[in-house]
Amino acid sequence: MSPAMSGAVQAAIAAHRDRPGALLPMLHDILAALGHVPRACVPALADALNLSRAEVLGVMSFYHDFREHPPGRHVVKLCRAEACKSMGADALAERTRARLGIDFGQTRSDGAATLEPVYCLGNCACAPALTIDGRLHGRVTPTRLDALLDELDGDSR
Amino acid sequence: MTTTVYVPADASARSVGADAVAAALAARPGVTVIRNGSRGMMWLEPLVEVVTPQGRIAYGPVTVDDLPQLLAAGMLGGGTHALRHGVVESLPYYARQERLTFARVGLIDPTSVADYEAKGGGVGLRNALAMAPAEIVAAVLESGLRGRGGAAFPTGIKWKTVLDTPSSQKYVVCNADEGDSGTFSDRMLMEGDPFTLVEGMTIAGLAVGATQGYIYLRSEYPDAAAVLRRAIAVARDAGWLGDDILGSGRRFELELRMGAGSYVCGEETALLESLEGKRGQVRYRPPVPAKQGLFGRPTALNNVVTLASVTTVLAKGAAFYRDFGAGRSRGTLAFQLAGNLARGGLVERAFGVTLRELLYDYGGGSASGRPLRAVQVGGPLGAYIPERDFDLPLDYEAFAAKGAIVGHGGIVAFDDTVDMAQMARYAFEFCAIESCGKCTPCRIGATRGVEVLDRLLAREQPARQLAVLHDLCDTMEHASLCAMGGMTPYPVRSALQHFPGDFGLEQAAPGPSRRP
Ligand SMILES: Cc1cc2nc3c(=O)[nH]c(=O)nc-3n(C[C@H](O)[C@H](O)[C@H](O)COP(=O)(O)O)c2cc1C
Ligand code: SF4
Ligand code: FES
Repeated sequence: MSPAMSGAVQAAIAAHRDRPGALLPMLHDILAALGHVPRACVPALADALNLSRAEVLGVMSFYHDFREHPPGRHVVKLCRAEACKSMGADALAERTRARLGIDFGQTRSDGAATLEPVYCLGNCACAPALTIDGRLHGRVTPTRLDALLDELDGDSR
Repeated sequence: MTTTVYVPADASARSVGADAVAAALAARPGVTVIRNGSRGMMWLEPLVEVVTPQGRIAYGPVTVDDLPQLLAAGMLGGGTHALRHGVVESLPYYARQERLTFARVGLIDPTSVADYEAKGGGVGLRNALAMAPAEIVAAVLESGLRGRGGAAFPTGIKWKTVLDTPSSQKYVVCNADEGDSGTFSDRMLMEGDPFTLVEGMTIAGLAVGATQGYIYLRSEYPDAAAVLRRAIAVARDAGWLGDDILGSGRRFELELRMGAGSYVCGEETALLESLEGKRGQVRYRPPVPAKQGLFGRPTALNNVVTLASVTTVLAKGAAFYRDFGAGRSRGTLAFQLAGNLARGGLVERAFGVTLRELLYDYGGGSASGRPLRAVQVGGPLGAYIPERDFDLPLDYEAFAAKGAIVGHGGIVAFDDTVDMAQMARYAFEFCAIESCGKCTPCRIGATRGVEVLDRLLAREQPARQLAVLHDLCDTMEHASLCAMGGMTPYPVRSALQHFPGDFGLEQAAPGPSRRP
């Protein structure tokens, strides 16, 4: 583990070790600090919580949020659920794939962006919706999508 | 002289530019900006309200680009402009609602205790503090309130079970996972009037004898998380939470916990597992959570809107609440109009309103201008309803009789470009992605469902595929441990039944005449 990594893990353990059901809050802290939850965290967490490593890994892998590998510099999450579909989310998804040159669940080889699906952002009355780096956008037209992705391009160059 | 202006900080409003509008207005001398929740007229967001002697005059949707023109038109004095809509309370969309639970949402500064109390907040809790636990439970039972999270189980019965189960430690857990597509009422309430939830949970704690509450919030709602964190801190400082609630000597503590991106964690027992720090897998029942819930202790687990509705029951009396509604569906529901609608948003009405009224009178028909063809009510596990059934009243029993559900009150509209076979396929796909994996019919069945549908759509031995599909749906419906696998057949079968043409089966019957 790198010093940054072990620092994040130790801080998460110290912050939550006495709380009941502490594993999720710990994993969230690590995610927030590192942008992902590396497998290398497992032994320390297992020790701190008196759990088996398999149990900790089982929890990490169950939840979509706890990605094991670092994402790209920008994370695009597109809503793929019904209300967004009714307003053209599938076409938006095609356009995003083509623009970024990657499929859902992938990170571009230049590290510029990661594309992920999400199933409802609670913005269903302003569909279609997506987030870029955690920021929510609604009523996303193809033109608006292009503008948002242009900003990312500008940023990564 | 300063002018007060409301600009929502609701996530939906922010998603279409409210922050920039708020910043631009705040930069003007003599303007005070208050960030409120949303009034629920989402098609008008960002909806700016200017406080004038005539009342709060609404403008929307307002973008930063519109501002110079609006200001030139005297917006800060309530001036005339194409985007001016007058006083919100006089707009038909808002005026014709029955806002009980959402009465304050969009009206107040969400974390101002003074605003909250000025608009009737806290009365329910004060009343509850003067009652015995059994009396509170009796009032909730008497109100006819049923759980708003989907299963519609009577809240009073659940609370009575928790109250009657002896334990040195009990819990109140709020299900704020709101994973269904087409639903955002929990989010709107938490962002727009979080004290209502704090108050409702405290009342629940008093009723069942619990001193610790947890809110389990989905991670997709960062704005709600921020508001709740602030609200809990403010409530504690104001003496609403802690060791001595409002000087009563009674105790209640509240903590916010975050989910981590898992639909099934909205299922109550999966949620409890997740709160305990485990994989979010569904538990076998019995025992029910009311007897053995969080950490094995009796737990009152309820949805956000259920808990918020309890404040009205305690403030205005069980009979007041029960007098709204139809049949065994008492009170109001926050209907969420979503998807392809011209006027999407939140409409709180008593049960019994028809889908047609919601879709056309409130929703204004499709956003695309094309005819509406189908609506899905009750989230991804809910049935698709065709145009000819739009006169169905929204009432748990009326929907159940049609093989449909009201669920959390989410209504997702589709126009005539929708491919219902693709929607059915998506239902299986979603189940496969989000299945907790505990039981075979769901874990394996959902994946098989996608495959069978693909073969059917490729016209490989369609009669055979259809038989397999029905068989698969039967198995999932009857042998799944929870409603994830058990109800995925609802959207699939209703799509097949009402829109066979989309599956290449027989030509679909011509649709009924459309309304203008
Ligand atoms: C797969 C699945 C997902 C669910 N998701 C939610 C949810 O997001 N929010 C919710 O309140 N209830 C959800 N429920 C229903 C809960 O299990 C439970 O019935 C409800 O939270 C109880 O609260 P109530 O009685 O106040 O409705 C879900 C159920 C299932 C089977
Ligand atoms: S039906 Fe699906 S989600 Fe529910 S318990 Fe079984 S595997 Fe888990
Ligand atoms: S379905 Fe996309 S935000 Fe709800």
